[in-house]
Amino acid sequence: MHDRIRHLRSAVPPRTRWRSYLAPALFITPGFALFLVTVIYPMVQAFQISLYDWQIVAGAVSTFIGFDNYARAFNDERFWLALSNSGLYMLFTVPPQVVLGLGVAMLLKDKSPAQPLFRVLYYLPVVTSWVVVSLLFRYLFADRGLINFALDDLLQLTDGKISWLSGRWTALVAICALGVWKGVGWSMMIFLAALQGVPRDLEEAAIIDGASRWQRFLVVTLPAIWPAMIFVVIMLVIGGFNVFASVMVMTGGGPAGQTEVLLTYMYRQAFEYLDFGYGSAIAVILTVLVFLLSAAQLRLFRDPAAGDAR
Amino acid sequence: MKPARNLRIVILAMGALLMVTPFLYMVSTSLKAQQYVLKLPPQFIPDPATLGNYERILLRGDFGQFFLNSLIVAVSATTISVLLSAMMAYGFARYRFPAREWLFRLLLLGLMIPAIMLIVPQFLLAKYFGLIDSLVGLVVFYVAGSLALNTFLLRGFFEAIPFELDEAMRIDGAGDWTRFWRLALPLARPALATATIFTFLATWDEFAWALTIITSPEKQTLPIAIALLQGPKGTQWGLVFAASILAIMPVIFVFLAFQRHFVQGLTSGAVKG
Repeated sequence: MHDRIRHLRSAVPPRTRWRSYLAPALFITPGFALFLVTVIYPMVQAFQISLYDWQIVAGAVSTFIGFDNYARAFNDERFWLALSNSGLYMLFTVPPQVVLGLGVAMLLKDKSPAQPLFRVLYYLPVVTSWVVVSLLFRYLFADRGLINFALDDLLQLTDGKISWLSGRWTALVAICALGVWKGVGWSMMIFLAALQGVPRDLEEAAIIDGASRWQRFLVVTLPAIWPAMIFVVIMLVIGGFNVFASVMVMTGGGPAGQTEVLLTYMYRQAFEYLDFGYGSAIAVILTVLVFLLSAAQLRLFRDPAAGDAR
Repeated sequence: MKPARNLRIVILAMGALLMVTPFLYMVSTSLKAQQYVLKLPPQFIPDPATLGNYERILLRGDFGQFFLNSLIVAVSATTISVLLSAMMAYGFARYRFPAREWLFRLLLLGLMIPAIMLIVPQFLLAKYFGLIDSLVGLVVFYVAGSLALNTFLLRGFFEAIPFELDEAMRIDGAGDWTRFWRLALPLARPALATATIFTFLATWDEFAWALTIITSPEKQTLPIAIALLQGPKGTQWGLVFAASILAIMPVIFVFLAFQRHFVQGLTSGAVKG
């Protein structure tokens, strides 16, 4: 096939060949040009800026300082605090979203009259704007808010006087709770779709063989939905590093920068202290980190999947 | 079998209650006067209920402006993005030309870079083009941010359209653009719907970029305006939630009306909501 095309191509005179490129060029150029200018060029420039002591003021000269901004990040305690907060956020939002999402999907997978309703209810937070749900959770976790009331008067677990958003750990709990609550519907939807692809005959064969529910899940269901699992975990990890609006709105990184995550810290450096060079260095570090993590997960996940599928 | 099924419904219902309670509580709070919003024990059914918050939001006048800004930005960004992406996707799916795979991979790279990582250089770029503090600046970069994903989504769909249909139209004398406009686009309607919905939602909700480039109050979009409603001391929660509910109404409506396309978009495995 390929050879034939190549053969044909060499047979047509050059002028016609160029004319045959005209149509695809016209289709692709408008979008691609915009993409090059507004996405690819900034990508390169982010790295370039990170090597400078960048001056935003007109007329001021930016000096090239090599990797100083990176060195600064590694010696910056607040950078490490932000990084560890981002890591904690990932740790406490990704596994619950996977487990709960899959759990709900398993319970919902059989068609029933109630299925569409439940699907909508679980998905509702996913489509609601981050700003709105962040404000909502800020209100729920207020000192005199619903959460404290529920923990004290309804469940009697605490004295109801926790000041959630004024301590690092409790604030992170609130931010993570929001992350899980908003994200469960998304992973549920992906798993729900993947579960439609589990081979029925395999499942029936497993029942005949007397496999327990749990065994069936491990041997039949899990391998069948493994690609979806990989997809969900990788997307959630990337999403975890991308947490921004919820922290910005719920705590603003406070108290005293204690709940800052990487992106809010980067944002503050760039747009509050106007230190574009340092902000860009943090963005680049984050990008590299996301790439490495995604690649590592792909590697980690591939082996068991290949083993189980056979 | 029966008890197991009932247990399943009970668990699902409890989960659903957890998902919905915050929304219901938000509606309830939006109907309360300020002195009742942080009252203990909390009121689930507002007593006395008042529409005062909605009245104040709607009478402020600038809220209509924010709504209009959001609508203009989201609709133009979505239209332009879907059109440009469809053209690109068609070009990639239907033609052979040098460096095609290479160019497409570059596009995929854009898919992997989270938008906010580029916020500093994009800010400089917007400044260079004089797009700071303008709705055009929002539209241009919203389009930029959604091109890769939409092109990716649509290319797969165009590839599935049989070549024979193209050939038949070509023999009838239809040019490239006619084949794209009259044949490919109508056939790709479901995928176009998915791309449209996701782009609209993403642009309607976008926060970080708007926060960065918009400085004049009259150019704010809804997410920014709502975030700024919380004062430095003592937030007017009833007011905040009345505005929030008005702002999420279109989104929930779009979601309920086009649910089918949501599932489709998600299962094509490319979209993170």
